[in-house]
Amino acid sequence: MSRAKKPPQSRKPSPASAAESEAPAEPVLSEETKHLLELVDQMLLIRAFEERCVELYSAGTIRGFIHLYIGEEAVAVGVNAALSPDDAVVSTYREHGHALARGVPVEAVMAEMYGKATGCSHGRGGSMHLFDVERRFYGGNAIVGGGLPIAAGLALADRMTGRNRVTCCFFGDGAVAEGEFHETANLAALWDLPLLLVCENNLYAMGTPLEREHAQTDLAMRAASYGMPAWAVDGMDAVAVERAARRAVDGILAGNGPHFLEMRTYRFRAHSMYDPDRYRDKAEVERWRERDPIPLLARRLPPGAADLEEMTKRATAVVDRAVAAAEAAPVEPVEDLYRFVSHEGS
Amino acid sequence: MAASAPGAAPETEPETEPETEQTSFREEIRAAMREALLADDRVFLMGEDVGGYGGAFGVSLGLVEEFGPDRIRDTPLSESGFVGAGIGAAVAGMRPIVEIMTVNFSLLALDQILNNAATLLHMSGGQVSVPVVIRMTTGAGRQLAAQHSHSLEGWYAGIPGIRVLSPGTLQDARYMLAPALADPDPVVIFEHGSLYNATGPTAPRPESFDIVSAAVRRTGRDVSLISHGGSLPKVLAAAEALAADGVSAEVVDLRSLRPLDGATIAASVARTHRAVVVDEGWRTGGLAAEIAARIAELAFYDLDAPVERVCGAEVPVPYPKHLEDAAIPQVADIVAAARRAVG
Amino acid sequence: MPSLGADMTEGALVEWLVQPGDTVVKGQAVAVVDTAKSAIEVECFADGVVEELLVEPGTTVPVGTVLAVLGEAHEAGPAPTKAAPAKAAAAKPTAKKPAAKKPATKKSVTRKPAAGKRPATQKKPAAQPADRHPPEAGPSTSRVSPLVRRLARERGVDLGAVHGSGPGGRVTRADIDVAARPAGRARTTPYARRIATELGVDLDGVVGTGPEGAIRAGDVRTAAAAGTAAPTRTATPPVTVSPDRTAARRHAIADLMSRSKHEIPHYYLATTIDLAAAVTWMREHNRGVPVAERLVPSALLLKAAAVAAKQVPEMNGFWIDDGQVRSEHVHLGVAVALREGGLVAPALHDADRLPLPDLMAGLRDLVRRARAGRLRSSETADPTITVTDLGDQGVEAVFGVIYPPQVALVGFGKVTDRPAAVDGLLGVRPCVTATLSADHRAGDGAVGARYLALVDRLLQSPEEL
Repeated sequence: MSRAKKPPQSRKPSPASAAESEAPAEPVLSEETKHLLELVDQMLLIRAFEERCVELYSAGTIRGFIHLYIGEEAVAVGVNAALSPDDAVVSTYREHGHALARGVPVEAVMAEMYGKATGCSHGRGGSMHLFDVERRFYGGNAIVGGGLPIAAGLALADRMTGRNRVTCCFFGDGAVAEGEFHETANLAALWDLPLLLVCENNLYAMGTPLEREHAQTDLAMRAASYGMPAWAVDGMDAVAVERAARRAVDGILAGNGPHFLEMRTYRFRAHSMYDPDRYRDKAEVERWRERDPIPLLARRLPPGAADLEEMTKRATAVVDRAVAAAEAAPVEPVEDLYRFVSHEGS
Repeated sequence: MAASAPGAAPETEPETEPETEQTSFREEIRAAMREALLADDRVFLMGEDVGGYGGAFGVSLGLVEEFGPDRIRDTPLSESGFVGAGIGAAVAGMRPIVEIMTVNFSLLALDQILNNAATLLHMSGGQVSVPVVIRMTTGAGRQLAAQHSHSLEGWYAGIPGIRVLSPGTLQDARYMLAPALADPDPVVIFEHGSLYNATGPTAPRPESFDIVSAAVRRTGRDVSLISHGGSLPKVLAAAEALAADGVSAEVVDLRSLRPLDGATIAASVARTHRAVVVDEGWRTGGLAAEIAARIAELAFYDLDAPVERVCGAEVPVPYPKHLEDAAIPQVADIVAAARRAVG
Repeated sequence: MPSLGADMTEGALVEWLVQPGDTVVKGQAVAVVDTAKSAIEVECFADGVVEELLVEPGTTVPVGTVLAVLGEAHEAGPAPTKAAPAKAAAAKPTAKKPAAKKPATKKSVTRKPAAGKRPATQKKPAAQPADRHPPEAGPSTSRVSPLVRRLARERGVDLGAVHGSGPGGRVTRADIDVAARPAGRARTTPYARRIATELGVDLDGVVGTGPEGAIRAGDVRTAAAAGTAAPTRTATPPVTVSPDRTAARRHAIADLMSRSKHEIPHYYLATTIDLAAAVTWMREHNRGVPVAERLVPSALLLKAAAVAAKQVPEMNGFWIDDGQVRSEHVHLGVAVALREGGLVAPALHDADRLPLPDLMAGLRDLVRRARAGRLRSSETADPTITVTDLGDQGVEAVFGVIYPPQVALVGFGKVTDRPAAVDGLLGVRPCVTATLSADHRAGDGAVGARYLALVDRLLQSPEEL
């Protein structure tokens, strides 16, 4: 049973008192340890899910574009830990990790990969368009930068209606070159929107390295130019990510307007399954792999607290069940093609 | 990103609105927005200079004084940003009215309109509704040249997932907004710039009203003139001229460009057996082409003459008056096309 | 064999793209030649008709060899029949190339004027009714691409009868499609076709008034109401789309003529008219004008028939619903026999008011288009009185059958020199027998007699026509 299926329960308490644990009470673990174990679990689930996607994609079972999150898991789980179920998340096309961390059921996400009717988007979206409105997870936006204005709008609605909650928007370093990023940053700062901008800087916009796409590669500094708090974070360290995200969320909820976090991270796999990954030095990939966020976090746990092998097995079993369910799930009949185009058609 | 608003200042003065039966297209849209703002707290208006300036074409003049800058919200010149924000706010349950100064500028927001507003419901498997209303000015006729004058309604009418409206009468200007806001899907309303000053008696509140059907504005026997929005007055004038010449023209006002009311179009053609489609947009692949195709599909065996199209010339709209006039459908063009159809 | 390169000394003829009898135009590919480098299309450098192919495919010949002989293009269709046309070679003038220096070459490509051949326009004696023999192709048949020519051949289309819609009257592929349309597929609007089915009207008998003769709903209704179109008999399947347009047309004529004879009580009058004055005036007139504008006697006869119809309005109009409907205008129906059989009688509009040269031009044009199947809708719609002239068939008199709902039909026979009493002496005069078939319901013999007498009188003062 994966904890990842449950959205995090609280915002305000410190990590030490975060979530309750279902783990057996053999060794008495501190609340903090339980919380960190939880994050490890979530990262392992994401990792297992993504690795299964590679297999399924290679076998031709799932198709389309697929963008894997392997290596960046700490960002999703760390940021999510700082959000409450009431907050909103707008994501990118590399969003499996965000969705799983947010608690979108793994069965629903896997079924979406299969294009099945039981998918979290009814099979209509696929890998790049995961949605779960119940969990305020607003997709899965595959236009680079396209989710940013939407996130600003969600935040605007909260601001106009006096709801004190946060909208978190994930995007990549590539999006910072888009006009929509700058339009949104300006709008959000101008209107003091409760918006958390999380830039996952994995150093490449597809195959173009950061320094070849940005005149100024200090992305946090550029966001700061709009007058919002902005800083860079070690995106491989889930604890650091969570701590930064909490600080930003606190600032937003205190009415200090949008915050920008540059998560310095790295994807271990190629941009997508189509990508031969010719633009990166193997040694560079290896260097980053040494900072794999999962063992990095596990090493922070008290000795014996984390049995990674056992935890991986559990995560794999969860994914196995999701695959079995997706295989068995029905597809939508073709007669329903026009469903969801408009409410009339639904 | 957008160029400055045409005309230095809004053209109407709110404080001197007399108690009169006469009204204008602009006033009717404003009245519709005011009514919506009063009726529903979730409704707000945003766009470039909709507040203190009163809107580039003076449509929202006076509203900021009444409803405040939060609900009559000036935006930076960031079409994609604020249209997307409108979409996001709608997703979050608000009922935004987003004003884009002209259809040409809307291209900067086309990503948001097409990739998000029109798509989110489907892409999310029915979870995400986008009840946003996007108003924009369209059309030529005011010598605003090639970046403020185009008619791209046909492009929008080709996008599944949105509703596209084109009011051509005072009544539609006044009463289309409320059902548009009530619609759970995105609605794009095109307001032809040359109509803002059109005046007439205040239309009564209609007993039944929808935003899906076309309306027969004038009945006739010999030819159906099918049009919408800014071309509608010209088409009505053409029908008048034709009547003087013994040709009885029926005028179909499309009102909704998406969905298209094929049944009303076909029924009219079944009565008259001849059709002239008038649209200010470009001919190639345009709205008129779509309507001609619908007629061929739905009313082929009723056709007694080839379908005629009167469209905008395939040029960027030029500045000088005589060339601009030549570039868009005029009454004489419509009359000539109808005569050709009638033979 | 053209020189297709500085180093080319000979070439192998791979394939002929044309056959004897084909009309070719300057620049058209006529053959494929294999050189040491590649297969190249050989174009010809003059318009003309291929008379003879001199080199067999597969043969290798030196540069400069004459490959084919072209004859002068002429208007009367694909097969050259002139006995000794000037020779011209299809080959490129290789004399320009220093590499090829065959003395014969230059000569072979020199296009000589067609010495023995009269220009077509001068060939006909003025007295001959040229309108009965219009040139087959208005736009030059030489302006036909090989593809179009091939399609026409494959689909049995007479290029001379095809109206070219391309630039400069060029016959396009689409024109062939139109010409090769299955018989019975008159150009008809969808609505007209639908109501024709509903009303049981055979479209073959309906005259179209739309653009390019398209049949529109109103035409079908008119046909159904007036009964001028052959109604579909209950014995035959509704809307017979005949596989053979000629047969269909025959059918329509049969119906129409039967109905005419069945319904219309014809009476017949005849008179012999002395045409001496008319012929003399005409010759005098013709001397002063270009050949193309010369008059023929038919023009005068038609004009006289038209003017008389205007002045005797009882003859000009229709009998509809037991009542006479006179026509303001005189639209003179001219009976034109079609090559493939059958008959049409399109209108010369306001023939009474047309000056003779215009009437002549209109007549030529009308006959040509009638035979090409390119009549305008208005022409087929509204004749008010019809004239049939069978003079060129050698008969002296014709007593015609009235086209319902018209009320009169005027017939002219052959113009022949006959003995005639003039001023108490016997002389030889060119005469014609004019006849009138008239609807007795619309008028009596006295009116008809007045009409014929008027025609006679008008022809005695040709200068006033």
